[in-house]
Amino acid sequence: MANKRKHTNILILLFLLVGSLAMIFPFVWMLLSSFKTVGDVYAYPPKWLPSSWNFSNYKKVFQMIPFAKYYFNSIFTSTAQTTLQLGLSVTTAYVLVVLTFPGKKFLNSLIRSTMFVPVIVTLIPLYLMVSKASLIDTYAGIILPQVFGAFTIFLLVSFFSSIPLVLFDSAKLDGCGYYRILSQVVIPNSKSAISTAMLFSFLGHWKSYTWPLIVTNKATYRTLPIGMKYLVQESSSEYQIMMAASVMAIFPVLIVYLFFEKQLVKSITLTGLKA
Amino acid sequence: MKEKLSTPRIHRAVILGKSYETEQLRAAVVLLLPTLVAIVLLFVMPVIQVVMYSFTNYNLTTGLKTYNGLNNYRYLFTDDRFFKAIRNTFTFAALKLIIDTSLALAIALMLDSKIPFKKYLRSAFFAPVVVPVVASSLIWIWFFDPGIGPFNQILSVLGLPTSQWLYHENTALLSILMFSIWKGLGYNVVLFLAGLQNIPQSYVEAAEVDGAKAHQVLFLIKLPLLRPIISFVLMIGIINTFKVFAEVNVMTPKGGPLYSTALMVNYIYDTAFTSGKMGRACSASIILFVIIFTLTIIQSKLDARKSITLE
Repeated sequence: MANKRKHTNILILLFLLVGSLAMIFPFVWMLLSSFKTVGDVYAYPPKWLPSSWNFSNYKKVFQMIPFAKYYFNSIFTSTAQTTLQLGLSVTTAYVLVVLTFPGKKFLNSLIRSTMFVPVIVTLIPLYLMVSKASLIDTYAGIILPQVFGAFTIFLLVSFFSSIPLVLFDSAKLDGCGYYRILSQVVIPNSKSAISTAMLFSFLGHWKSYTWPLIVTNKATYRTLPIGMKYLVQESSSEYQIMMAASVMAIFPVLIVYLFFEKQLVKSITLTGLKA
Repeated sequence: MKEKLSTPRIHRAVILGKSYETEQLRAAVVLLLPTLVAIVLLFVMPVIQVVMYSFTNYNLTTGLKTYNGLNNYRYLFTDDRFFKAIRNTFTFAALKLIIDTSLALAIALMLDSKIPFKKYLRSAFFAPVVVPVVASSLIWIWFFDPGIGPFNQILSVLGLPTSQWLYHENTALLSILMFSIWKGLGYNVVLFLAGLQNIPQSYVEAAEVDGAKAHQVLFLIKLPLLRPIISFVLMIGIINTFKVFAEVNVMTPKGGPLYSTALMVNYIYDTAFTSGKMGRACSASIILFVIIFTLTIIQSKLDARKSITLE
């Protein structure tokens, strides 16, 4: 019995190891290939390692497209969106958890219902609205329509609900108003929750595609994903250059992921299991 | 007694027969104001407008915008490209849900056993989930290249038949499906794994003491207890697969050979932003919404019935 179980465990381990290699193979390929020359790319049988290690493909990315500008746009818009989204989410979650007011249930289900309407449904009216406000090809046009997120609200609601009620009561007894309870009790007590929500929000905005695609025509306002989409056409299949660009786009995300993996996974399971 | 002494006087207001503390009401209004503005502008109004526009011939290039009744819907139901997009979406969603859910469940069950390298394995399966979809699409565009892509090179080195991948109508959608499964698998693995770890170890041990075999533990204990998560994963899966857009738009910007990769969102995007036919695109997005909504309802009904028969 025990022996048999050991054998199955070894088989399982082998299977999972092979599977995990398949999962990370694309990243390894990307990294190795970002150093390859055109000759390496066209070699047959395929070459796994580049013939020399230099950063010329990385340099070419910056020469071919305004990559630094795309990078800046992505950092700037994602940061602004994250800040605004967190501001809205923290106040809303606080109100939903702590305060009693008429229409609370309705508000709760209104926010929940936004999660069930796919982005594409509201996309066209939003685009027309932004276009009437002449915000196409502006940072405001990219940022503002993306600041509401039901997901971060409910993530924070579930964290705030776990703050012991005693804390609120004693703050009230000490004469705290509802704004001070938010700023001096709730926020300091949920730093890790808020940073998790921030992380989620930032990663989401960093890879956001559809909205920045339709509100930007000029290259100067493209974010990284949009710039990379056009790189496919503009580089005319110079894969080694595409890989260098991908490395630069993926690298920061992977670093963040490795640092915060535990929080990311925890919040996914938290919201996932709660819904 | 003590409370009465130290708390300040509380003003109360009665709204619709219920009494509320006025200070709370004021704080709620102030704190919610920005969110309410955002919800109205970014959600409520667009939802009303998308319905209204769907009954007009709103056209961005000609500037027309008059009521035309059900014409858009009538047009869509006779449009071959729209039907193709619907068929592609259903094919894609069905295959993705089946493969993704069963594979993720199997992997999670395996990860839940007593093996080394668990942390590395979980990270490896989850890594593609966090990576931006466009950047990872670029890698796979190369994988799929019929001439110098590693897939075909490996196949031909092994003496196996090669494929046109993204460049043939029979394989294009399946290629994107391959990418999509690689990209999304880890998310479900993590959800299932959390569910498995929530199952009290004592249930499994008690069953084993009673002489239950591994497959009995799996089918009689683990899977029934995982049911809520399985149905959650399916629901999220339905919504998410019907929303797929970016990878298709990046890998096959024009909808692939003979429009074979165009999903509904791609059709809507093309109609609105390539042809400028906003009214028609709004009608198509409403149809998409109705489909997603119906499927989620059916899924939750089926789920409710199953849990009754279980008890």
